Amino acid sequence: MSANSIYARRRITNVLAMLFSGCATALGLLFLVWILWVTASNGLHSIHLSLFTKITAYADQGGLSNAIVGSLLMDLMAMLMCVPIGVLAGTYLAEYANISKLGASIRFLNDILLSAPSIVLGLFVYVIIVLPMSNLTHGSISFSGFAGSVALALIGLPVIVRTTDEMLQLVPGTLREAALSLGVPQWKLTVQVLMRAASSGILTGVLLALARLAGETAPLLFTAFGNNFMTVHPLDKMASLPAAIYQYTNDPSPALHSIAWAGALLITLFVLALSLLSRLLFSRKKVRYE
Amino acid sequence: MPVISAEPIARDNEQRSREDARHDRIFRRVLKFCALLVLAALLGAALSTLWGGREVLFGDGLRFLLSDSWNPVDDKYGALAPIFGTLVTSLIALVLAVPVSFGIALFLTEIAPAWMRGPVGAAIELLAGIPSIIYGMWGLFVFVPFMSSIEPALSNTLGNIPLIGKLFQGPPLGLGLLTAGIVLAVMILPFISSVMREVFQTVPTRLKESSYALGSTTWEVLWDIVLPYTRSAVIGGIFLGLGRALGETMAVTFVLGNSYNITSSLLMPGTTISSSIANEFNEAVGMHRSALIALGFLLFVVTFVVLLIARLMLRQLAKREGK
Repeated sequence: MSANSIYARRRITNVLAMLFSGCATALGLLFLVWILWVTASNGLHSIHLSLFTKITAYADQGGLSNAIVGSLLMDLMAMLMCVPIGVLAGTYLAEYANISKLGASIRFLNDILLSAPSIVLGLFVYVIIVLPMSNLTHGSISFSGFAGSVALALIGLPVIVRTTDEMLQLVPGTLREAALSLGVPQWKLTVQVLMRAASSGILTGVLLALARLAGETAPLLFTAFGNNFMTVHPLDKMASLPAAIYQYTNDPSPALHSIAWAGALLITLFVLALSLLSRLLFSRKKVRYE
Repeated sequence: MPVISAEPIARDNEQRSREDARHDRIFRRVLKFCALLVLAALLGAALSTLWGGREVLFGDGLRFLLSDSWNPVDDKYGALAPIFGTLVTSLIALVLAVPVSFGIALFLTEIAPAWMRGPVGAAIELLAGIPSIIYGMWGLFVFVPFMSSIEPALSNTLGNIPLIGKLFQGPPLGLGLLTAGIVLAVMILPFISSVMREVFQTVPTRLKESSYALGSTTWEVLWDIVLPYTRSAVIGGIFLGLGRALGETMAVTFVLGNSYNITSSLLMPGTTISSSIANEFNEAVGMHRSALIALGFLLFVVTFVVLLIARLMLRQLAKREGK
């Protein structure tokens, strides 16, 4: 084979690879646009005021108000649980156990929890909260908004642990040395110096965690269950936006589908706004949350 | 004038440092407790599903794993069909998503002009932010009809190839293993491509420049320099995507058709572990419920192993970087 033909073949391979990679990127973007477009166009058609004022008990004449309230409430409760625990655990990893064996294994397992199937976390909460509650109260309390929020907290927790850990590690060591040399006790150093220095990063993690758990459906099905009426009592069965969408999508009625699309648009906007916000807040350093 | 003795101050200091030490100990313990909760969550998930599924896991043992009949009426449960569906859909997802993710990572690290990398990369990662229920709705209402319109053509072309042709023969339902696999592929694409992109960026510029200086094309630099250098991490990223695909519930449930089938055709409906649980759990009682929780345990174990491999692979590269 002459040198020229080898050269030509290499050039062709290269051009083909470039073409392929361009097409792959275009394909990825195509799916993004396709999904967002479908959600936006279907959702916008069916957003009415009644969506926010009527409950799901009216079915196709109704709205999603109880589901929206339930979702907000459960998200809030979940965040109240996972933010303090996650921030403290992440602080432990970064400040106290950075090089210890225990720290390394917790960090490793936290990364696994980050991608663990959410439906299994739902089963976990079902077995440790829903079943015992139902046995204790002879069935009068079983599925509850509380159980749902615990399941959601388990999904948000590893995100917060990881970002807190990473963000604290970015704080320069000189800051620690300076504070310690002034005789500041370590807890004060951690809370008043390091956490303050890493606060925008930690907030990013909190937003990412919220974005992640707000869209979760699977673990809510058998923890919070769902409810066609408005409730804010944490021990009642509680409706949620994703679970209501799931229920309506499974229904053959087109009127319910259109309500489901409106709910889908609300969730998508909420989640994407959160992830954009967190990106803006901390655009310098990239945060992974796979 | 009273003489100020140094003693009280010294005592004060001593007391204060003792207090500080105590606070530090308490603080440390609280932090450690919270960190251990992470371990407890993972361990608890494994143990509770093992406990919840004990009647089936220990009662039926291997029969549960090897039987393909799932029959709530006779209270007989075999996990083979959901396991089959889970593996097949995840495999389809990987086969489709890995090359595409690779292409995207190549584009974003080597080909695209600098101004394009940020926005395009962010857009691809946005795919990962879309909630899975949205994928499910889009899949059911938009992608399933689309698939059922192209499936006859698929059967007529790919279906005639010997050996693999069987995979593409069947009724054009739109619902089925292939559709679920494609939806999963779109979902895991951003995860795999972002890992690939990140590890491609860790390759020392000097290595790449040396190769370019010897006359390599962009493709040769990627294939012969970048890929060998990052091999373990790339495999880690792929396993990470696999872990995601195995456990995904909502997107799959809507487009899979949910029937306990083990078929040679990818166009036929099937079921996965997670979609079986999501569909049946709230109507299940007794053994049926136990069987579903046992399925959850299986899923947890499998994804745990896959993710373990993923993290170990990813760590190898970090180690070489001296992190």
